[in-house]
Amino acid sequence: MVQQLGYLPESASQTAGPYVHIGCTPNFVGIHGIYAEDLGATPFPEDAPGQRITLTGVVRDGLGKTLNDVMVEFWQADAQGRYGPGAQGFARRASNFETGEWELKTIKPGAVAGMAPHIGVWVVARGINIGLQTRLYFEGDDHSKDPLLTRLEHQNRRDTLIARDTGNGTYRFDICLQGDGETVFLDM
Amino acid sequence: MMKPGEFHQRDRDIHPPALTPGYKTSVARSPRYSLISLQNSVSEITGPVFGHNDVDAGDNDLLTNYAKAGQSPIGERIILHGRVLDENARPVPNTLVEIWQANAGGRYRHKKDTYLAPIDPNFGGCGRTVTDENGYFYFRTVKPGAYPWRNYVNNWRPAHIHVSVFGTAFVQRLITQCYFEGDPFIPLCPIVQTIPDADAIDQLTAKLDLKATIPLDTVAYRFDIILRGRRSTLFENRLEGN
Repeated sequence: MVQQLGYLPESASQTAGPYVHIGCTPNFVGIHGIYAEDLGATPFPEDAPGQRITLTGVVRDGLGKTLNDVMVEFWQADAQGRYGPGAQGFARRASNFETGEWELKTIKPGAVAGMAPHIGVWVVARGINIGLQTRLYFEGDDHSKDPLLTRLEHQNRRDTLIARDTGNGTYRFDICLQGDGETVFLDM
Repeated sequence: MMKPGEFHQRDRDIHPPALTPGYKTSVARSPRYSLISLQNSVSEITGPVFGHNDVDAGDNDLLTNYAKAGQSPIGERIILHGRVLDENARPVPNTLVEIWQANAGGRYRHKKDTYLAPIDPNFGGCGRTVTDENGYFYFRTVKPGAYPWRNYVNNWRPAHIHVSVFGTAFVQRLITQCYFEGDPFIPLCPIVQTIPDADAIDQLTAKLDLKATIPLDTVAYRFDIILRGRRSTLFENRLEGN
């Protein structure tokens, strides 16, 4: 046998399943007393500088049905375009059991390293075998030099990555898992 | 700040594809277009860093973190322990590991779980911990029960514990499931069988670790978790810690 390189294979992903909330947002499903607060409840301290914004959205399947059992995670830079420190800039939301809506109050991120302001988004749910990664950009920003948005071969799909400005610091970002208007997902 | 390195390309051949018709829920929830492959940017090679201050000491003990004083959940008492490593076989220290599971009867504490088996009043079903400097972690819990679900008419999930790991970068983010050695439901489970690689399934199967059991007290299972590793960039400046 020739020499072995000794790399280890990554552990395979498995679906987060229908009960992801028990582990990730237990207070959201009424399991109180174990964690004082669900992880990722607030991405920034109240006194952090920057423009306060509210993001909302739903995740839809290939038949247009809204998922009411999804968990979405967010990772973003601060208003100056810096990541961290610690877990600052991280947030996690479970979709509402009835409406499927999630809402995140955060700070609009600054531009980072030649990229237009954006938030990294990661989606898991029952039926999703491996977490889906995408990005949320903002309507109204200059996207003309962004490396991802400018290099998309199918420019008619870029709007799937851009949160719609719905006024007064609110933005709407719906994710479509499949079919017409399927969101661009990333392999990075 | 030292620029941390990019990551090895994810080997998609060991992961389940998005569309796995044997697991029916994936059919309408799987993207049809190719993922767009891009070089890692600073947005991906960074990630939230949680510390030992973000978790409480008892968070990793599911035998006590929800139980009433002096009581315990019903079931086989187990230790689940192991290390978080990366593809380069280096430990991943100070990273958050979260778990959740059904109770010993196969019932989740969740409004959407209507299985006949009863809720255990002393079992919440979640725990978390931060790995130590060697990437080591451990939990105490009860071994979860198998439970039925309607995929085909008669499917049963093998006993499993859901595991969520962060690593140090957003591209290392992983949610998976830990199975238990010898479970006859493993080869029958449509969710397990979404994984196309038999070795990758074995790698998700915790092994009985008799040497780590506590005599007359608790059985131990060993479960190591491997996350993506950073690329060593030869012919460039050597990265810090590489």
